[in-house]
Amino acid sequence: MSTEVKEAAAAVVKEPSEPLFSKRNKSLLTDPLNDSNPITVQVLGICSALAITVQVKQAIVMSLSVLAVMIGGNLIISLIRNVIPSRIRIIVQLVVVASLVILVDQVLKAYVYDVSKALSVFVGLIITNCIIMGRLEAFALANKPWRSILDAIGNAAGYAWILIAVAVVRELFGSGTLMGYKLVPDAVFEMGYMNNNMMILPPMALITVGIIIWIQRSKNTALIEEN
Amino acid sequence: MAFNKESQGFTFLFSIIMVVVVATVLAVAALGLKGPQEENMKQEKMQNVLGSIQVESSREEASAKFGEFIKKRVILDSEGNVLSETEGDVKTLSVDGKEAYESDAFNIDIKKQYRDKSLTDQQKRFPLFICEKDGNPYYVVPLVGTGLWGPIWGFIALEADMNTIFGATFDHKTETPGLGAEINQSWFEEPFVGDKIFDDAGAFVSVKVVKGGADAGDMHGVDAITGGTITSNGVSSMLENTLKVYVPYFKKNSDIASI
Repeated sequence: MSTEVKEAAAAVVKEPSEPLFSKRNKSLLTDPLNDSNPITVQVLGICSALAITVQVKQAIVMSLSVLAVMIGGNLIISLIRNVIPSRIRIIVQLVVVASLVILVDQVLKAYVYDVSKALSVFVGLIITNCIIMGRLEAFALANKPWRSILDAIGNAAGYAWILIAVAVVRELFGSGTLMGYKLVPDAVFEMGYMNNNMMILPPMALITVGIIIWIQRSKNTALIEEN
Repeated sequence: MAFNKESQGFTFLFSIIMVVVVATVLAVAALGLKGPQEENMKQEKMQNVLGSIQVESSREEASAKFGEFIKKRVILDSEGNVLSETEGDVKTLSVDGKEAYESDAFNIDIKKQYRDKSLTDQQKRFPLFICEKDGNPYYVVPLVGTGLWGPIWGFIALEADMNTIFGATFDHKTETPGLGAEINQSWFEEPFVGDKIFDDAGAFVSVKVVKGGADAGDMHGVDAITGGTITSNGVSSMLENTLKVYVPYFKKNSDIASI
C-alpha cells in the first residue's frame, strides 16, 4: 500500500529532484563572486558602486537593500514566469523591481532613518541598477524559484563585496575612519598626513574599481580576453 | 496551458491585475509605516533644535529633552508681531485637532513655505523657539535657504541679548560630499559661536561666510569652505534673509538700539 503511494508520487515529479545545494546550485552562489562578478566582469551597477562607497556603513546598507530587492524580484518573477505575456515582460519586471524598491525605501525611512538619509536618492536608484533587471531577464524568467533565489543571493554578494572593498579603501584614505571609527591617530595628522579629499569624490571610486579589476584579472587569467 | 498567454486579452488582464495588486501593496505599506516615519522626522527636528543650544541627544531621548529645554514656541508674522504661543507637548494633528496643530510653531514647515514662491513675506509665518538652559534664555531661529544642488537648512541660537550667536547647526540635502556637504560638520559650525548679528550701532548686518577666511576679530564673519563657495554663499544669504525677518521682533524685545 505504502509503496504504491510512493510510486504514484514519484510519477508526478517529472525530473528527479535535485538536492537543494547540488554542485550546479552552489555554482550559482559562487560564480558571481569571481568569474562572473556583476561589477568587475559584467561591469553592471557601476553607478551605485561609484556613488555610495564613501562610507562602509552606507555600502553595507546599500548591499543589503539590493540583496532584498534582488531576492524578492527574482522570486516573484520566477513564480509568475509562466504567465507573464512576453510582450510586456520588461514592463512587468520594472514594476516588480520598482515596487520592491519603494517598499525597501519606506522600511528604511521608518526603522533606520539615519541610514536612509545617508543613502538618500540612491535607494530609489536601485530601480535602475542594471544587475537586477539583468538577472530577472537572464535568469529568473527561465528558472525555478529556488535556483532564482540562489542566483539573486550570489549576484548580490558579488555586488556587495566589491562595494564594501571599494568603500573600505575610500573611507580609510578619504576620511581616516572605518565604519565611522577613527583609525588614523591624531599623531599621524600632526606629522603632516592629510586625508585625501580626492578619495571622497567619484573619480577615485572608478580608479579603485579599476584596480580591483586589475588585481582580479592578474589572478584569474581566464578572464583575460584573447585580443 | 489552457489559455494563450500571448493573446491580447490576457495581456490586458495581466496588466490590470498587476497594477491593482501593486497599488494595494504599496498603499498598505505607506499607510502602515507612516507613523514611525513621521515620528523620525519630528525627532530629527527636535534633535536639531537642541543641537543649536548645544544639547546633545540621541533620537530616542530627543522628545523628552525637547520638553525639558524648549519653554515656548512662538509664531511671528513678518512685522515681528506674535501670532501665537504654545507651551508643553508638541501638538499633533490626530490628538489636538487642526487649530492647535497649526498654531504650534513646531509644526510650521518652513521648507514648504520657502519653496512656495507665490507666498509673500506678509503671508508667511515665522517660528521661533524660546529655550532655557542653565537658567539663561536662548532664542532658536529655524533657517532655510538654497545651496548648490538643493535646499540647505539649519537652526541658529541667539543669547539673551538677541544678538550674540550661541550655537548654529546646518544641514543639507544634496551638497557635494567633502566640499559643500561639510556645512554640517562642527569645524564649520563652531566659528559661528560668539559672532553677532547686529553691529555696535544696532544695525542688522547678519553673519557672512567669508571666502579666504574671516579676520580673527571679525564679529560678523566666519571662514568659508574651500571648494564649496556656492554652498558657503548659500549659508550667508540664508542667514541674512531669514534673520532679517526677525529683526523687528528682536528690537522690540531687547535693548538693541533701534535705527
